[in-house]
Amino acid sequence: MVSAVEGSGRTEPSRSERPEKPESPPPRRTFAARGLGDRIFRYLLTATGVTVLTIMAAVGLFLLLRAGQALRARGFAFLTTAEWQPDVHRFGIAAVLTGTLLIAAVAVTISVPLAVGTALFISDVAPRPLRRTLVTMVDLMAAVPSVVYGLWGLFFLQQHVIGLSRWLSDWFGWIPLFTVDGTQPGEPLASESVYTASTFVAGIVVALMVAPIQCSVMREVFAQAPAGEREGAYALGATRWGMIRAVVLPYGKGGIIGGTMLGLGRALGETIAVYLIISPVFVIQPHILQTGSNSVSSLIALHYGDASAFGMSALMAAGLALFLLTLAVNFTASSIVARSRSGAQSEA
Amino acid sequence: MTVAEMEKAGEERERPGEATGSAPAVAAAGLPDVPRRIGGVTRSGVLSLLGAAASGLCTAVLLFGELAPFSGALGFTVTGYAAFLLVYAVLTGLEEDAQAVRDRVMTVVLWSAAALLFSGLALVVGFTAWRGREALPHTNFFTQDMQAAGPLDPLTNGGVAHAMLGTLTMISIALLITVPLGLACAVYLNQIPGRFSRFVRTIVEAMTALPSIVAGLMVYATWILGLGMQKSGLAAGFAISVMMLPIVIRAADVVLRLVPGTLTEAAEALGAPRWRTVWHVVLPTARSGLATAVILGTARGIGETSPVLLTAGFTAGLNADPTEGPMVSLPLAVFNFVKSPEPAMIARGFGAAAVLMALVLVLFAVARVIGGRGPGHQSRRQTRKALRASRRDSERFAELHGPGLRLFETGPADDGPDGPDGPDDSGNPDAPGDSRDADAPAAADAPDPADGEQPSSSVGDTH
Repeated sequence: MVSAVEGSGRTEPSRSERPEKPESPPPRRTFAARGLGDRIFRYLLTATGVTVLTIMAAVGLFLLLRAGQALRARGFAFLTTAEWQPDVHRFGIAAVLTGTLLIAAVAVTISVPLAVGTALFISDVAPRPLRRTLVTMVDLMAAVPSVVYGLWGLFFLQQHVIGLSRWLSDWFGWIPLFTVDGTQPGEPLASESVYTASTFVAGIVVALMVAPIQCSVMREVFAQAPAGEREGAYALGATRWGMIRAVVLPYGKGGIIGGTMLGLGRALGETIAVYLIISPVFVIQPHILQTGSNSVSSLIALHYGDASAFGMSALMAAGLALFLLTLAVNFTASSIVARSRSGAQSEA
Repeated sequence: MTVAEMEKAGEERERPGEATGSAPAVAAAGLPDVPRRIGGVTRSGVLSLLGAAASGLCTAVLLFGELAPFSGALGFTVTGYAAFLLVYAVLTGLEEDAQAVRDRVMTVVLWSAAALLFSGLALVVGFTAWRGREALPHTNFFTQDMQAAGPLDPLTNGGVAHAMLGTLTMISIALLITVPLGLACAVYLNQIPGRFSRFVRTIVEAMTALPSIVAGLMVYATWILGLGMQKSGLAAGFAISVMMLPIVIRAADVVLRLVPGTLTEAAEALGAPRWRTVWHVVLPTARSGLATAVILGTARGIGETSPVLLTAGFTAGLNADPTEGPMVSLPLAVFNFVKSPEPAMIARGFGAAAVLMALVLVLFAVARVIGGRGPGHQSRRQTRKALRASRRDSERFAELHGPGLRLFETGPADDGPDGPDGPDDSGNPDAPGDSRDADAPAAADAPDPADGEQPSSSVGDTH
């Protein structure tokens, strides 16, 4: 209908009317004059955009302002000190940053295979009537409050994971990462408490928290893999897994990387679940199975209450470091997704 | 590599097809010319699955019970699963080629990955609900606060009413801020493209994973340390807003991008200014998706503990005033309850967590009911409403243009002296008049007007 009206508008006047009238109307403008309402509308919208940008910039700016005192006092040593005693001016984020990165690494290592598998399952394997329900359930999992995950980790997972931790440290204890001080391989009477409240337990809980987020990003990208290429693969005699490997996975590479990084960003910033599970230590703790760990966010949650003015500044500096870290991870993620084939298409 | 494999398979498949005439050639190729099964259930598939499962179980029992010094439920499961996969691969290999075996095994692996993730969810939710069963049956749990209840008091005393009220207050404040600001910003990103809005979008996307404790720290730095305010529900609401804002903007942005361009073009072709197009076409079309975006953001905001931890303070009493005095939210109450070693307090913590979970579930169910449809798809009621509006429009048009085209008779008399507008109006009275008369009844009479046409008719309604 629209095209017909356009067509008649274009052709008829040119044939019948223009030759008759010597003073032809000026050429039709192809843009409308902006009325007052539209101008106000534009200004208002731009103002909201500026407001949002200001709020987001204020996060970094105020953290930097407040952190200035502590950063000036410590300088570069802030990155290399493991202790946290701001009142005697001996503090740094070496221990908490290591802990944060280790917890996030454990979480991502566990969550990515789960997330990729589940995303592929939902997009390609699951019976069709089931798919919508599964998508809803993944979204629901992403919305479960972190404190609930924390409770589950503290009261349920902790005692059930000791066996796995012990097995790992018995068999792979020769890898420094899995060493547990104070135990011998195969020693049956070793105290169980050396395996609790560890980086590993916190990592598992965080993995369960970030897997749904990663999964929903990946599933969205997988579902966009062009139907023509899928059918082409099938027509060439591929099995379903052959099709997935030849079409879906290469197409969704950007989504896999982007989703992983997004989950990594969440894992780095997770506070409450980690705080509930770990027992904080202020030394660099590379043994992920051993009790005691720390993270930047749980450091802040632990010390904000009893901090002096200078201690607060030190906490702000730690928060700033976390903020910059997650920002870097997120920017990397979004640029990877945008540059990939699937990302470029979904942007349009 | 796989493509090469597939091509090879394809060639092999084709060869017998070309040589249909000679039966020996088919036999020589050794490949039956049947299409490959993709998915689906076969009898032998089910049987080998069951057989492999049984043998996996037996292997694990044998290893753990008799042969090897293994122990632990987790190790049992892992060993059993590995044995199951191995046996399943062998069983499938008896009657299929290598590609099909890989496909079957990977299908099982994908099923297991999904099962593991979803059973994790079921475990988390179920465990919370199960442990919350001690506290939840007491009605006082929902009506009292913790002011009169000590840590040693039984569950018949004290409750989480203060935390429920606090959660509602904080999320209301956060919604008051994020809904107008977030939706307007999403509209800005969509409607006013340019370098600046691209920049805003990049920043917002990077901020979606802003650590929630950093949002709390930011409000603590500005509102409490900077402006000297006290910790309160208002500050917590601000902190939750900072955290929710990017989430809501991003989700709403994605939804708005899905609004069909033809709808907005139709509105603008009718002469609607941009703001009317947005208000009457874009936003109503995306309404259900926007509601989903807001509700999902709310679900995230309700469950966050750390921003509230830093900014709201802690109280055991009921406080309805967000501007004055400390306030507590449900997740913060859970956090404080379970830090206590007393079993009654831990039971209260699980009860509060179950209430929180129920709240999130309800929000989620509402979001599904509202947002089940894509943009432009209407419920039956909305369709009827839009149909009525469109019929009203067509009647109005018929009234205006039917009896002798009054509009255009008066037109030249008014505009005549003005000059430039005159010839335009008098020059083509027939064409638009005819086309409108022809179009309007047609749209109203059509039994199944496409969904896309409804919002544009509501534009006409407002003019």
